[in-house]
Amino acid sequence: MSAKSDLPQGTLDLLILKIAALGPVHGYAIAQRLQQVSRDVVQVPQGSLYPALHRLENRGLLAADWKETETGREAKFYRLTRKGRAQLESEAASWQRLTEAVGLILRLSEGGAR
Amino acid sequence: MNWGHRLVRRGKLEEQLDKEMRFHLAEHAAELIARGADPAEAHRQAQIALGGAEQIKEECRDARGTRWLEDLWQDFRYAARILRQRPGFTMAGAITLALGIGASTAIFSAINPILFEPLPYPHPGRIVMIWDTFQGARSNVTFHTYRELAARSHDFESMAVMYAWQPTMSGAARPERFDGQRVSAAYFRTLGVVPALGRDFTKADDRFHGPHVTILSDALWRRRFNGDSGMVGREITLDGDLYTVIGVMPRGFENVLAPSAELWSPLQYDAGNATSFDTEEWGHHLRLAARLRPGATIGHAIRELKTIAMTRMPDFPRPPWAAMRYGLIVDSLKEQITRGVKPVLFAVTGAVILLLLIASVNVTNLLLARGAQRAGEFSMRAALGAARTRLIRQLLTESVLLAILGGALGLVVAQLGVEALVALSPAGLPRVNAIAVDRIVFAFALGVTTLAGILVGLAPALQASRGDLVDGIGQGSRRMSGGRQFTRRILVVSEVALAIVLLVGAGLLFRSLARVFAVDPGFDAAHLLTMQVQYNGHRYDADAARRRFLVEALENVRHVPGVAAAAFTSILPLSGETNWPYGANFEDGRGYDVTRYVATPGYCQMMGIALRRGRLLDEHDSATAPPVVLISESLARRQFAGQDPIGKRVHVGPLDRPFYSVVGVVNDVKQGSLADSRTDAVYLTPEQSWYADDAMSLVVRAHGDAAALAPAVKNAIWSLDKDQPVVRTATMAALLAASESERRFAMIVFESFALAALILAATGIYGVLSGNVNERVREIGVRAALGASRRNILALVVRQGMSLTALGIVIGLVAAAASSGALVSLLFGISRLDVVTYAGVIGLLALVSALACWAPAWRAARVDPAVTLRAE
Repeated sequence: MSAKSDLPQGTLDLLILKIAALGPVHGYAIAQRLQQVSRDVVQVPQGSLYPALHRLENRGLLAADWKETETGREAKFYRLTRKGRAQLESEAASWQRLTEAVGLILRLSEGGAR
Repeated sequence: MNWGHRLVRRGKLEEQLDKEMRFHLAEHAAELIARGADPAEAHRQAQIALGGAEQIKEECRDARGTRWLEDLWQDFRYAARILRQRPGFTMAGAITLALGIGASTAIFSAINPILFEPLPYPHPGRIVMIWDTFQGARSNVTFHTYRELAARSHDFESMAVMYAWQPTMSGAARPERFDGQRVSAAYFRTLGVVPALGRDFTKADDRFHGPHVTILSDALWRRRFNGDSGMVGREITLDGDLYTVIGVMPRGFENVLAPSAELWSPLQYDAGNATSFDTEEWGHHLRLAARLRPGATIGHAIRELKTIAMTRMPDFPRPPWAAMRYGLIVDSLKEQITRGVKPVLFAVTGAVILLLLIASVNVTNLLLARGAQRAGEFSMRAALGAARTRLIRQLLTESVLLAILGGALGLVVAQLGVEALVALSPAGLPRVNAIAVDRIVFAFALGVTTLAGILVGLAPALQASRGDLVDGIGQGSRRMSGGRQFTRRILVVSEVALAIVLLVGAGLLFRSLARVFAVDPGFDAAHLLTMQVQYNGHRYDADAARRRFLVEALENVRHVPGVAAAAFTSILPLSGETNWPYGANFEDGRGYDVTRYVATPGYCQMMGIALRRGRLLDEHDSATAPPVVLISESLARRQFAGQDPIGKRVHVGPLDRPFYSVVGVVNDVKQGSLADSRTDAVYLTPEQSWYADDAMSLVVRAHGDAAALAPAVKNAIWSLDKDQPVVRTATMAALLAASESERRFAMIVFESFALAALILAATGIYGVLSGNVNERVREIGVRAALGASRRNILALVVRQGMSLTALGIVIGLVAAAASSGALVSLLFGISRLDVVTYAGVIGLLALVSALACWAPAWRAARVDPAVTLRAE
């Protein structure tokens, strides 16, 4: 099995929202950040990043502006909307619950084997 | 951003998407270069990491959520391009659909206000008409009956009676006669309408010998008084009396009970004196309208009226003829105004539905033929990955676009059609003013258009999208055309069948009309000019003055060059005048309802009404001579059955006057219409009538053109009295035609629709056969090479076409026979299964389809086997 794993369904949106919550950021930077922060564990196909960004923008969770980067190029910067922040909080909380529950179950089955 | 906005800004969004992708690639490449990669290699790496740019963009577009709209837009643009490429095909389809959509829209606009729209009054469902009953039929009520019902019933909040009134307004200009109504005070309240200016009638206006007041219609107020807002309170002269204008009705007021009425005055009948039965208050000549109280049901009201009719009260005496012995009949106002015209409207609606179907079938056929030509294109698109639903959608878009074109043209057709309908509309058609292409009609047209677009496109779309890939792309597509040909043949058969139904309808109506006009009206209608003269002003209050006027006017008219003879009659045959029946009671006690002609001596000779027995009336039958009468043949037959009626005595009208002696029998005259079978009549001289009528019709026989005499004859009357209004000037020939306007209206509609259907069916047959010949060129070539003669090939194709026609004819005849019942009330003198009509229709359709078969057959026969076989 590869050291890098695919993202579970639906988590890409959550990660994008989380990164955008830190401040306005463009698509390429999001891709970079995802890779760096997850220490290359999370493999985000760059191709699916943009459709996800457009979908989130379309749902009003992200807003976008064209701004200049430090290198002087024009880029599309995404930022979290109020609605996006609420969505992020509720999704992060439910993710938290889910992982805890999954962890509990995994530990329980280990105990049962002993 | 809403999706509409997004769609509009589509170009900009695309550009931004592109820019975003380029930025990503550039950043990635720049980073790789910074790490020491070769620039060209860095760009390649970045491209690979991102993946297929087009695919990403496509997914981003999907994420936008406007995909379906963009596709639709694309479909439409593509469809428009396809239609533009084939202008001939497009025009043929659009015009055919325009015919169907336009005709059905026009007919809908005519029937909508009559059958579907609520009447233009508040709570129109609560307005009813109440009739007395005579011999099971509706009869007008008397004033005292109305009084009794109004006093005793509780289910109505108001009741009103009315009769037609035609006052003459005199003043500076030429006197003008108006259509108006005498109404009881609550008339407008019953309808639920109040005057726009001034006030409504009150009880104080509507009393015996009450004040002369009048309310004007908006149209009259604008036309004659320039919409003067100070009109209320002013006086106008009507029939020689001054009337105060107390109100003007609103502009939109539609008076469905008397559409031509332009002014109204109170009835002012005598409510007292109900025990003297010999008064006009006891005459059956009033129409009664009533408005139900809120919450009252029509069923309950009917029961209540029945109870009132059956229980007499001492306060309300009743003479035998108004005893309400047979109860009362209650109609909703809607029933009242539609009763007479429903048969025509239903027949015409049926006809237009048939036409729309035929047009749709025809266009379906066109599209199928087109689908055959485009099979290659569809197979190619399917091979490139177009889903079947996508292809169907594309084809439906094309047919809907074609239908929209047709619908737009159809609105033009509808507008013209509505104008023609209004011009042709029979006199009895209610709410003619409300017939127009309005919003509802427009919505209807839009609905029909969309429906037609989908209907005509569905079969071709399914057919085309079913194509086999390999077969379609390859040249050998001939083999797969079998299914399509089958569908097209079914369509042609149904087209022929539908056309048969329309043609049979048109034929039956045509033959009926011919039969009606073949009926002998009982007089010679050629070279007759007619006009009505009404006595105007108080100088004609005395009967003697009226009789003197008749004599002097005839003297003047007879001197007009070109006049062969002239006479006055109280009622003119086929003029559409209301014919109040009078009682003719013979000495033996038997009585009949008869038409009472009060005619100046010489009337029968001039009209060409033949004398059967005895003598005609002449100048000697004066006021001082013994009273005499002529009776019609039918009356003589019914009363005397073989005996000699001459010398027998009869009361006409009041029973307290001397008997009239029968001195002659004349042939029957059609009074109401040519189809009318009631011809019982009596003829009196004006001097011997017990009263002088308010209006008389002048009839003039001309040596030559009757219509040309009109101005001279009118001047001859005006030279006697310049204030005498002369109305309804028409030749007898015109009256004759107008008396059958309803039947003629239905016939013209059916004939024009049937003609269109015939042409469409013929083009349908032609289209299928020529398509078939094109696809079978090779086969025909082989046949020719094997020795088939031109005649054989000609016969082959013609036989194929004619067998379709024959099948269509058989199905159509069954359908026509089954549906002709809807026309029965419009037929005259023929059965709905009239053999001549059916045979004629079969012959006509066979002939037309033979012509349609000929051209493709001829082309097939000229196929050169050498050329076709070499082409393989």
